[in-house]
Amino acid sequence: MADKIKFTDFLKEGIIDNNPTFVQLLGMCPTLATSTSLLNALGMGAAATFVLICSNFVISLLRKLIPQKIRIAAYIVIIAGFVTMIDLLMQAFVPALSNSLGLFIPLIVVNCIILARAESFASKNKPLPSALDGLTMGIGFTIALSCVSTVREILGNGTLLGFELFNGAVPLTIFALPAGGFLVLGFFIALVQFLKSRKGGAE
Amino acid sequence: MEISLASIFVLAINAILIENLCLVKFLGICPFLGVSKKTDTAIGMGLAVTFIMTLSSFITWLVYHLILVPANLEYLRTIAFILVIAALVQFVETALKKMLPSLYSALGIYLPLITTNCAVLGIAITNITENYGLLFSILNGMFCALGFTLAIWIFACVRERIEHCDIPKPFKGFPIALITAALLSFAFMGFSGIEF
Repeated sequence: MADKIKFTDFLKEGIIDNNPTFVQLLGMCPTLATSTSLLNALGMGAAATFVLICSNFVISLLRKLIPQKIRIAAYIVIIAGFVTMIDLLMQAFVPALSNSLGLFIPLIVVNCIILARAESFASKNKPLPSALDGLTMGIGFTIALSCVSTVREILGNGTLLGFELFNGAVPLTIFALPAGGFLVLGFFIALVQFLKSRKGGAE
Repeated sequence: MEISLASIFVLAINAILIENLCLVKFLGICPFLGVSKKTDTAIGMGLAVTFIMTLSSFITWLVYHLILVPANLEYLRTIAFILVIAALVQFVETALKKMLPSLYSALGIYLPLITTNCAVLGIAITNITENYGLLFSILNGMFCALGFTLAIWIFACVRERIEHCDIPKPFKGFPIALITAALLSFAFMGFSGIEF
């Protein structure tokens, strides 16, 4: 079968080659805003992954029915529907997490990663590969968020997932503040560019 | 909230300097990083956002309090607001094209991009969760957007000069922009010492 779905290919694409945050540079707002602690990052990653899978699947199912001219509006309505679902679900089952993510859950609607995947993948492919693409892109996003938030939580708060690490040493609070978010993400992207240039030079 | 000149002044200082949209609240980072390579495009984007955000604060407030609340449909907030904003951007685009073609061509591609600017939706939702009245919602939208304009303008000025600097290769482009933003954010943190 020519179009056999290879899960590992998708995984590599979503996490390494085309990582939505570090390589495609999409979805910067949630990456910066929700990466103050690892728990927040995982919650945000899970919510975004859920929306990505569902919206990619549904958009792919409807891809022949949606007229070309109003496709963006149609995608946004579909995405907003799923975001409302996850927002209400999180308020009901994990109220603490929902509180600390706050505004950024409804803002998943305007997360560029989701619209970008809908436009560039789901609108051209069958439902199953689209859902898989949503899953792997979501994992890539979650991993990127986790990297940034691990550094920020350890340096800025002296904890990881809420556990005290340094026995009460004074943390570098600056990393928990907005400025630290920009700084850590900047260094991560520089690292990715450095690795890419080394890999490119070797070929 | 009581409406007086003093409270409006406090709101303005708060929205523009202390709680700056990009540098403190992390809203609207995509255009902040994406269209800040030149000062004039940055100002164009800032003005377009100011225009749309003031208008959308007004309309989303009306939609929420006159349609969604009486019908007990508060949970449809996200969907309703994003539709309002998308329609509004489309409407403003068409209206400007007819009535002010010079402004329309100056704003160019930035106008449609505002639909997916999370700051617009973010402020519309903040206005509701903070329980602002109609006037305060409109003013909040306008001041926040002016804060965005200020930040993107300063950032663009710095980036224009960085272009000519000798920076390490891995930091070229995006990373150095983020580090610049970090330094700007440090500077804006100084304002959080202001208390009323």
